[in-house]
Amino acid sequence: MRSFTYERPGTPAEAAAAVARTPEAKFIAGGTNLLDLMKLQIETPAHLVDVNGLGLDRIEATPEGGLRIGALVRNTDLAADARVRKDYGVLSRALLAGASGQLRNKATTAGNLLQRTRCPYFYDTAQACNKRRPGSGCSALDGVSRQLAVIGGSDACIATHPGDMAVAMRVLDATVETVDAEGTARRIPIAEFHRLPGDEPEIDTTLKIGELITAVTLPRPVAGTHIYRKVRDRASYAYALVSVAAILGKDGTGHVAFGGVAHKPWRVEAAEADLPRGAKAVTETVFAGAKPTHENAYKLKLAERTLGAALNQARA
Amino acid sequence: MSRRDRVADAPVMAKVGLTVNGQRRELDLDIRTSLLDAAREHLHLTGSKKGCDHGQCGACTMIVDGRRINACLTLAVMHQGSEITTIEGLGQPDNLHPMQAAFVKHDGYQCGYCTPGQICSGVAVLAEIEAGIPSHVTADLNAPIEVSAAEIRERMSGNICRCGAYSNIVEAMTAVAGRQA
Repeated sequence: MRSFTYERPGTPAEAAAAVARTPEAKFIAGGTNLLDLMKLQIETPAHLVDVNGLGLDRIEATPEGGLRIGALVRNTDLAADARVRKDYGVLSRALLAGASGQLRNKATTAGNLLQRTRCPYFYDTAQACNKRRPGSGCSALDGVSRQLAVIGGSDACIATHPGDMAVAMRVLDATVETVDAEGTARRIPIAEFHRLPGDEPEIDTTLKIGELITAVTLPRPVAGTHIYRKVRDRASYAYALVSVAAILGKDGTGHVAFGGVAHKPWRVEAAEADLPRGAKAVTETVFAGAKPTHENAYKLKLAERTLGAALNQARA
Repeated sequence: MSRRDRVADAPVMAKVGLTVNGQRRELDLDIRTSLLDAAREHLHLTGSKKGCDHGQCGACTMIVDGRRINACLTLAVMHQGSEITTIEGLGQPDNLHPMQAAFVKHDGYQCGYCTPGQICSGVAVLAEIEAGIPSHVTADLNAPIEVSAAEIRERMSGNICRCGAYSNIVEAMTAVAGRQA
């Protein structure tokens, strides 16, 4: 691990200002992803701003009837919160489908949104990767790609967002709240938070340098069966090949987002009107324009069948 | 000149105060030191093991402020004032923790390398079920949680055992849970 300096600011705005004014600085919260990447020298921050002491660790009701989740609420605490379990079951289920018990105890809400891809070429510093080293190329395009994106990728990058939580946040229409170095607050709809790789795959989100996530808010609960189905190579502690976050009525109406298929949680609202017609009608629209590799075309069929299973679960 | 060049790779030191197994400890550490290395290399508490050093195997599991974590994936400097329990704090050879005794009785290990992490995780898993924290296999998110083999297996998935003592670990934990009930 490369050397760095370290500070613990007192307020969110001070933290944002510290990262904005210090070159090569990063926030650290749970650290479960960042420290892993620092050991591999994939991330080499010169300065760490520890945000753990900022008190952003509460879950509060909003005046609109939703929930405001502090950026530092741990994944375990969010999944176990009685209000989340009762009214936002898809979020509890998504969190519990991710990582291990030890990691969920440390990982935070904001950190989960900001986790980097697990593309094997991003992790292998001997390989070309535009996300890790801009301009170096993409070894994944002709490489081992069965886990990688089938839609929304570019000639520069076919990495996926690896998380489960963000997929549930997407179907719940969450909003990411931030503060910048000047102390100005901003609200970013989750749909606009993660970006597609385009020709700048090194940039995962629409956050500005030094902009700190303070909370994620959920709107009023949406009625229906809350479902998170994750298909993976083993039964526990593995990333999604495909996942489905859905809120569905018995008649099949509802909302759905897909994980494991793109650089961001993948949702096409216009396709949701077709949910009562069955999975195929929906996935044909959701995945229109998909460009799978020879190794990951199976994900298109898997997404259709996983949604089909979710629809059956809602009807049962 | 970038900050990286100015910082070079000279170690940056910090004073860190931790409570480890009930004892207040003060350390002067390179801030890159993981909590695991602080325990093993500086406090000579070598019960916690370094397996993968990337949060994948669970051999380093400690209980920090009441929660099990991967001690390899956190910096000691981020735990100023934390209460840390390692395997040495759970029990000693002449005063075994019930989970340690159950691992012996049910043959919950072979080589033993992953065992301190398994036991710290096992103790914390039963506390998590007791506290009503659900898991991926919990059928009803809004009902009380039963200790079952399925719950134990899912919750222990962050602790790898290459000798394959898994079924005996489930038996040991089930026995301790039964005794606690």
